[in-house]
Amino acid sequence: MDFRLTPEQEKLKAEFDAHFKEEEKRAPKGWFGGFETRFETDENWAYYRSVIDKVAEKGWLSLPWPKQYGGQELGYLEQALFSQSAEYHRVPAIDVHLSIVSAGMLEYASDEMKQEWLPRMARGEIDFAQCWSEPDAGSDLASLTTRAVEDGDDYVINGQKVWTTGAHRANHLFILARTDTGAKPNKGLTYFLTEIDKPGITIRPVYFMNGGHVCNETFFDDLRVPKKNIVGEVNQGWKVTMSGANFERSGAGGVAAMQRDMEELVDFCKHTYRRGQALGKDPVIRYKLADLAVKIEAMRQWAYCCAWQQTINPMSYMEPSASKYYMTELMVELSNTGLEIMGLYGTLKQGSKWAALKGKFEEQSQITLGFTIAGGTSETQKNIIAWYGLWLPRMK
Amino acid sequence: MNLDLTEEQQLLKNSARDFFERELPKETVKELETDPLGYSPELWKKMAELGWCGLTIPEQYGGAEFGLLELVMLLDEMGRASLPSPYFSTTVLCAPLITNAGSEEQKSELLPKIASGELIFALALTEPTATYEPDGIETTATFDKDSYILNGTKLFIHDAHCADYIICVARTQVWATPEEGISIFLIDPKSPGITITPLQTMANDHQNEIVFDNVKVPAANLIGEIDQGWPVIKRILDHAIVAKCAEMIGGCDWAVDASVEYAKERVQYGHPIGAYGSIQHYLADMWIECSMGRRMTYYSAWALQEGEPTDMVIPATKRWVNEAYKHCTRMGVQIHGGIATTMDHDMGIYYRRARQGALLFGDTQASLQKVAMQLGL
Repeated sequence: MDFRLTPEQEKLKAEFDAHFKEEEKRAPKGWFGGFETRFETDENWAYYRSVIDKVAEKGWLSLPWPKQYGGQELGYLEQALFSQSAEYHRVPAIDVHLSIVSAGMLEYASDEMKQEWLPRMARGEIDFAQCWSEPDAGSDLASLTTRAVEDGDDYVINGQKVWTTGAHRANHLFILARTDTGAKPNKGLTYFLTEIDKPGITIRPVYFMNGGHVCNETFFDDLRVPKKNIVGEVNQGWKVTMSGANFERSGAGGVAAMQRDMEELVDFCKHTYRRGQALGKDPVIRYKLADLAVKIEAMRQWAYCCAWQQTINPMSYMEPSASKYYMTELMVELSNTGLEIMGLYGTLKQGSKWAALKGKFEEQSQITLGFTIAGGTSETQKNIIAWYGLWLPRMK
Repeated sequence: MNLDLTEEQQLLKNSARDFFERELPKETVKELETDPLGYSPELWKKMAELGWCGLTIPEQYGGAEFGLLELVMLLDEMGRASLPSPYFSTTVLCAPLITNAGSEEQKSELLPKIASGELIFALALTEPTATYEPDGIETTATFDKDSYILNGTKLFIHDAHCADYIICVARTQVWATPEEGISIFLIDPKSPGITITPLQTMANDHQNEIVFDNVKVPAANLIGEIDQGWPVIKRILDHAIVAKCAEMIGGCDWAVDASVEYAKERVQYGHPIGAYGSIQHYLADMWIECSMGRRMTYYSAWALQEGEPTDMVIPATKRWVNEAYKHCTRMGVQIHGGIATTMDHDMGIYYRRARQGALLFGDTQASLQKVAMQLGL
């Protein structure tokens, strides 16, 4: 057992750090980082695109892929170092949609499809938005009802999707739709890709509780998708969807983001005086901060463990599920504790000269709520651990 | 980075698991809890034969010269087996203290006998001040001709009742800071003026009160430099925290495993209780807490062994493991139901040990204070 990075990993880490330290300086005013912020304003989206163009140029959008498709063939640990560095500097260099689609594609798509799509994806030309969830198919995704019916060289799709994050910025969608209504729920699904500027696609904003425009609902009304845009086989979409989980899910990036937030919160508490005393001298606040620091450290260690586990077995269930669950819950806790420590200043929105840490926790304590739901709720992650890790019986 | 166990480490862990499953039934554990001696000399002999008593002692003194990481892996298994023994006092605390600070003569005299299982040691550190900080040391050692005279009370001292030697930490000088003026002595427990009284504790872990009443200790029994004992103790304490975490996480692991297995067997309302979401989520949480605690513990051991920074991670690990072990055993009782509250069941051993261990070598409050200091607060 040896926790030390290899000299090659150290070198790579230094390269990532140097790049993202510079990139951070170009961030627009009021930029918070994270996955959601990029979709909110034109300025943020422009920053994101410029970051992605540079990252693509370095070949970093395709770190894990085989070289023949424009990838770097780097391992999970190296990818974790990349996420860590980007997220610590709050630079939007990670596109989780790209990770999901490419993982599924690498495993199940025809070579022809890989040749057509992956190099363009590696160049950063494609911004995907996700069309999996539906109003009546959330955690029970396989129960979705959007229909795709064969018609000549195409499939014709009808139905409604929700939580289409960033669809108002994206140029492509990836869709899961039902092609066989007679089969078991997860045996009749097919995975499609489409350009977004097609007839039959209507996108409407779904505003987040703070008013931000991140998510959308998407309606398909006789959308035609050519058969060549199917990833994998017809009716095998569930397998492709599941293999889309095979990307770096250690949580290393999220930990780094929390470490950065924590540094700022601790610094704030050292330098903010209330009634003649620094906040950080208050025993209750000290206790809360120290406890958060312990949890972040625990999660940091866990992220390495998880990246290592994925290295040994790319389809590991328990460790990434534990990461997703614990980390997102911790993000909610951190932002709410931060909000509380700020006191009355905490709820002031960004823009006010009185806002503490530029309104960070006012925003974060709302945004993080989605984290424990999206991509598999906390409860779903615990179910996964219980069923596929601890092998507890399932209720039929 | 390679987070797999080496072949040697895996072998050590496996052989320890097999050994305790074979040699230490829970009935024996329960008997030893109330036994005045508190350990099985027969089992101790077998552990010595396996090379465990001298696991980290240098080869030249008859040990196996393994690192802290291997020791931690063995302790993980000992905790899982809820082994009652003076192993922690002897091999984890006193052997490295002698290795680090003892004279050549002390090392060649004592270490081979620890490795062979002949000698049992106890570390008399804590006092009625009930702290692991240097300002808690009030026992005095006064120089008189060719010896030191010790006076004071040591409290919460594991295994002093069965020790062949006691290593006592005492104040030889009152200086500007509490860290200065502390010295370490090797003491024969049969010396006149020593009274050892067993304490009854929640975990039945054989702690004692030791009263030193004008105890004469030869000057040659000083370990390390006079007045310079604290850095030696501080180093041992860092190791001890990580080692205690390993033992605790092993116990925690037992509680999680036992609960998972029970949840698969126990049927209520026509289903195994493990098929119900509420129980599944308890168990998933327990597994996560325990697994994360083990990662932190192994990392801390590695970092300490390799000289990497540990001021933050060690107290963070103790805080994590304290709470994880307490929570997992509390939920372990809950999942097992009423039977687990009785002496007939084994969960109680771990429930009580969790609460005991959480207070040893830094409780949660003390650990968080250290973390807050590291944050610069």
